[in-house]
Amino acid sequence: MKKVYSTAAEALDGLLHDGMHIAAGGFGLCGIPELLIDAIVASGVKDLTVASNNCGVDGFGLGKLLDTRQIRKMQSSYVGENAEFMRQYLSGELELEFNPQGTLAERMRAGGCGIPGFYTKTGVGTVIAEGKDVRNWGGQDYILEEGIFADLSIVKAWKADDTGNLIFRKTARNFNPPAAMCGKVCVAEVEEIVERGSLDPDHIHLPGIYVHRIIQGQHEKRIEQRTTRKREEA
Amino acid sequence: MWDRNQMAARAALELEDGMYVNLGIGIPTLVANYVGDKDITLQSENGMLGMGPFPFEGDEDPDLINAGKQTITELNRTAYFDSAQSFGMIRGGKIAAAILGAMEVNEQGDLANWMIPGKLVKGMGGAMDLVAGVGRVIVVMDHTNKHGDSKLLKECTLPLTGKGVVDMIITNLGVLEVGHKGLHILECAEDVSRDDIRAATQATIV
Repeated sequence: MKKVYSTAAEALDGLLHDGMHIAAGGFGLCGIPELLIDAIVASGVKDLTVASNNCGVDGFGLGKLLDTRQIRKMQSSYVGENAEFMRQYLSGELELEFNPQGTLAERMRAGGCGIPGFYTKTGVGTVIAEGKDVRNWGGQDYILEEGIFADLSIVKAWKADDTGNLIFRKTARNFNPPAAMCGKVCVAEVEEIVERGSLDPDHIHLPGIYVHRIIQGQHEKRIEQRTTRKREEA
Repeated sequence: MWDRNQMAARAALELEDGMYVNLGIGIPTLVANYVGDKDITLQSENGMLGMGPFPFEGDEDPDLINAGKQTITELNRTAYFDSAQSFGMIRGGKIAAAILGAMEVNEQGDLANWMIPGKLVKGMGGAMDLVAGVGRVIVVMDHTNKHGDSKLLKECTLPLTGKGVVDMIITNLGVLEVGHKGLHILECAEDVSRDDIRAATQATIV
């Protein structure tokens, strides 16, 4: 059971095909699988459907896969930071399925838990509810949303051991656990692969059962909105 | 009339000791400056309870951001979790209140704040989940748009974020509550009369 690979390209070997469905972790540019995205760009695989809360920014993160026209459809909640995304969407080259953020997270979680559908009150009475089954419990309407079952999950974590147990750091956890769970195969990139036994079993955020391949690498970790306060305000 | 900070300060009066609260982007973010001694825990829907202020220059951490993607800090009470759990606590009614901006609110409490047809569509982010799930939805916004038209309407013209979800509206003119047959004026801002509010409001005021 060898899970550790030396490069992102090696870790993705045999997993990519045109038209596939990929679930990606990350929120904005925080906790995104930078190295795996670069390797997918280099592979040239195309007609991808990508479930990810955002689509990076121009020229970084999933935005790189837009520049190369490898994405056919995005399943996202917010795509505001990306001019190339808007250009492709408005010209009809790119399909977009808006999901409320919590619905997207739960669709991934549900898919990973073997739940093909669930009812939620999010989006009732809005365009999101159009064409969806409605049921009423206790006087409240709920709409049917479907679990996401992806071909591949790509996620970013802070630390891993060689069995794939993952620990995330601060708000870089975000969509990574649910995205990891919903793929047939999950590849994780981490900042550090530590010796087996050095992670506290009580502190594992995502057990290695969900993680099939791991790579360690250097991350740029770009900041989208740098906001600070002056020292003297302390 | 109230300015942005006075609106935020008025919204802060709605928060009670011990509440878990989600603040939207814009004026709602300023509410954090006015909670005083109250023990309020701020939730950031990207996966954090106990959101602290912006970091000092040089202390920015790319792994620590809020839902507006701004760098922030943690507190000694902070907890992190993933997006599915974050929206589980939102949808599950664990968050007492959300304070949000809006483009339009109608007299039944319908809220529109995520898209303008024909303009660039950015997405609803977590707004639909928040208004559907939290205990109370408080809207903080200007009473009228830049053309002087009322943002409190009989019917929303823009695509909805949620139907019948708004409880209270705090504007530069005063405080209104969504009632069964229309909006109730609860309070007027400095030098604003009830008649001023009625004149600036298209929605039914009862």
